[in-house]
Amino acid sequence: MATIAWARPRAFAQWNRRIALAYTTQVRRASTTGEPFRLAIIGSGPAGFYTAYRFMKNNEHAKVDMYESLPVPYGLVRFGVAPDHAEVKNCREKFEEVASSPNFNFVGNVTVGASSDHPDGATVPLSSILRHYHAVVFSYGSSEDRKLGIPGEDLKGVFSAREFVGWYNGLPEYADLNPDLSLGFHDDTLIIGNGNVAMDVARILLKTPEELAKTDIAAHALDALSRSKVHNIRIIGRRGPIQAAFTTKELRALYKLPDVEVRPYDLEHPKSYQVLPPPVKRRTELLSKGKHLPPNLSKSYPSVTFDFCLSPLHFDHDPKQPSSRPGWVTSATFGKTVLRHPNQTYGSIEYNESSHESREYYDQKATARLPPNPKTITLPTRYIFKSIGYKSTPLPEFPHLGIPFNTSTGVIPNDGIGRVLTKIHHPHQLPSSSHPTHHQAHIELPHHFKGLYCSGWVKRGPQGVIAETMMDAFTTADAITEDLSKQEKFLPDSGLGQDAKGWEAVRAEALGGNAKVVSWEDWKAIDEAEIERGQKAGTGKEREKFVRREDMLAVLGDKAGR
Amino acid sequence: MSTQRVFTSVFPRLRVASSKNATTSLAQQTQQLRCYSRPTATLRPSGPARSLVLSSAAASAPRRVCVPATSSTQPRTLSTSASLSHGHVDTPKPGEELWVTFIDKEGVEHKIAVCKGDNLLDIAQAHDLEMEGACGGSCACSTCHVIVEDPDYYDRMPEPDDDENDMLDLAFGLTETSRLGCQVIMTPELDGLRVKLPSMTRNLQSSDFN
Repeated sequence: MATIAWARPRAFAQWNRRIALAYTTQVRRASTTGEPFRLAIIGSGPAGFYTAYRFMKNNEHAKVDMYESLPVPYGLVRFGVAPDHAEVKNCREKFEEVASSPNFNFVGNVTVGASSDHPDGATVPLSSILRHYHAVVFSYGSSEDRKLGIPGEDLKGVFSAREFVGWYNGLPEYADLNPDLSLGFHDDTLIIGNGNVAMDVARILLKTPEELAKTDIAAHALDALSRSKVHNIRIIGRRGPIQAAFTTKELRALYKLPDVEVRPYDLEHPKSYQVLPPPVKRRTELLSKGKHLPPNLSKSYPSVTFDFCLSPLHFDHDPKQPSSRPGWVTSATFGKTVLRHPNQTYGSIEYNESSHESREYYDQKATARLPPNPKTITLPTRYIFKSIGYKSTPLPEFPHLGIPFNTSTGVIPNDGIGRVLTKIHHPHQLPSSSHPTHHQAHIELPHHFKGLYCSGWVKRGPQGVIAETMMDAFTTADAITEDLSKQEKFLPDSGLGQDAKGWEAVRAEALGGNAKVVSWEDWKAIDEAEIERGQKAGTGKEREKFVRREDMLAVLGDKAGR
Repeated sequence: MSTQRVFTSVFPRLRVASSKNATTSLAQQTQQLRCYSRPTATLRPSGPARSLVLSSAAASAPRRVCVPATSSTQPRTLSTSASLSHGHVDTPKPGEELWVTFIDKEGVEHKIAVCKGDNLLDIAQAHDLEMEGACGGSCACSTCHVIVEDPDYYDRMPEPDDDENDMLDLAFGLTETSRLGCQVIMTPELDGLRVKLPSMTRNLQSSDFN
């Protein structure tokens, strides 16, 4: 059986031997023309790759085309995971294994739906993709920031963590962010948000240039960070220490920074924390322990301080402040929040100090609420990093094609497993006690949009580490496999897909002859060039990323697009 | 009546279909086919004599016992490329085998002869069991989570360090005897170890519906 001479035979031979047999017939049956089942995956981050991996493993004859708007794959594994977390990026090995299958095709530098933000980038309409596949998986992640929506958010010196992370990781979109970090030695740098990204930002700001030089951090970032005067950092959360989203691992990574102090956090009601489940208890213990360094008269250590139950109210620029620069932030004002269990009814709460009952304080599900006249605190600062979460957006063609999107939660409505749900209007009789007759009402019933699936952050919101994304992607892939085995309808049956011929058909239909499409082999060439650049840096750098699309494409010369 | 309510009351079948039934049917099919999934070049099913020795496992559960064949076929179980550091295990010399049993999420037991010094992630990957090692065995993810069946065996292992505990905290379905496969190294004391592999997918309840 496993006689096909593939580039990396082992994994695929194993896949053959696996349960693939069971589905072979279904996969073939899914297509009346005898063509293989074709799956398009939009987005090449971990969600896309893990979905492809699991699906291909269980459906050996299926063909998968993966669309990526950049010329380089891996999404947040490349542009999100902090450069000093090289081990987390090891999942690329698995993705390379997937990409080496002849049934897998990488379509890089091709944006789906929206027009590419770069003249060298190609664009194909989503409608064209729907026409040429049996099924489509949306795994394009979260490309926007949540906003605080407070005055002063747009002052200079206020950065979104997403753009800062994108910048130090060499994301082309933020190649020109160029933050001037040479101020602020005396004022605290504020990081607003309590997720792992906040921890990443703090760590990267405080790591020494020598340490950063060993990582795959973008050269422009290394340069700017080596001139950074950021010394003391405050990480500020809206909720309390128990409700914080960062993981113990990322907190500990701050403790591991040599010559950086972590100020211990004094818990309120310290006795009550014993009731916490072990993972939160361990994190809370670490947080309250802090890290002290021996006093050194000749040196003041950089420090990290945690503040909780503070919600930003406004950021200000005070021109009278000494050394203030026009348009730059000089201070931030926060209001003290109160914690409440989400099911607790509010009414008008009079804020008082004692309302911080230990019950709410240690309730992991508690939410923060800003009382009507909160106590406020104003902190002088030069830099604010907003790390309050990412946000997914719908593709521009969604409304036109009848594909739903929940803009308030920022996800594609789905059944929790990965099937995209759309709503059909359905007349429904509602019993009513006040009227003897029944009312006619239109109830919206969710049902599966046949052939459409979602995976990753666009499915469940922007949270969770790679392990969660992996499980989530496997769940989506198994849903497609299951639908295949049940002979459910797919895109061609729903009238949307006409001719499931995959990428070649999309290309012929939607792309001009000179579009620069990046194949997997092309990416490998870019990859090699980056690794070579890293070696030239001489600091043990794994790679020196290209941060501009034209530089990535230049590696390929005239080859791309053929 | 909320849309959610309407949805689950009108489509009670859908709720079942998307969680329980699906898992069962997939599981059954997998089980039926499991017997074809073994690479015969590397591993041969043990003969009756061997089974007798190993009959301690629950009689009802399906079982397979794999003993390594000749060492000449060993490279078959190597990783797909030279750059992969994990998934490499050596074939134990006759008489020096340590035994470890993986119980997968369908309840199928895989009893494997291994060498001293191998870790559970490498062993599982070399034998094509469903265990991911997203971070390549560097204790930076929780995808190789295993549950040690017997607390006694758990106590024989060196305590997990802070780094491992930090990752275990993120593992889905954490138990008192959870460990990361990449951190459990086989020693003679662990001979006969039995570990459960948690499901790699989410089992969702109807309440999780959007």
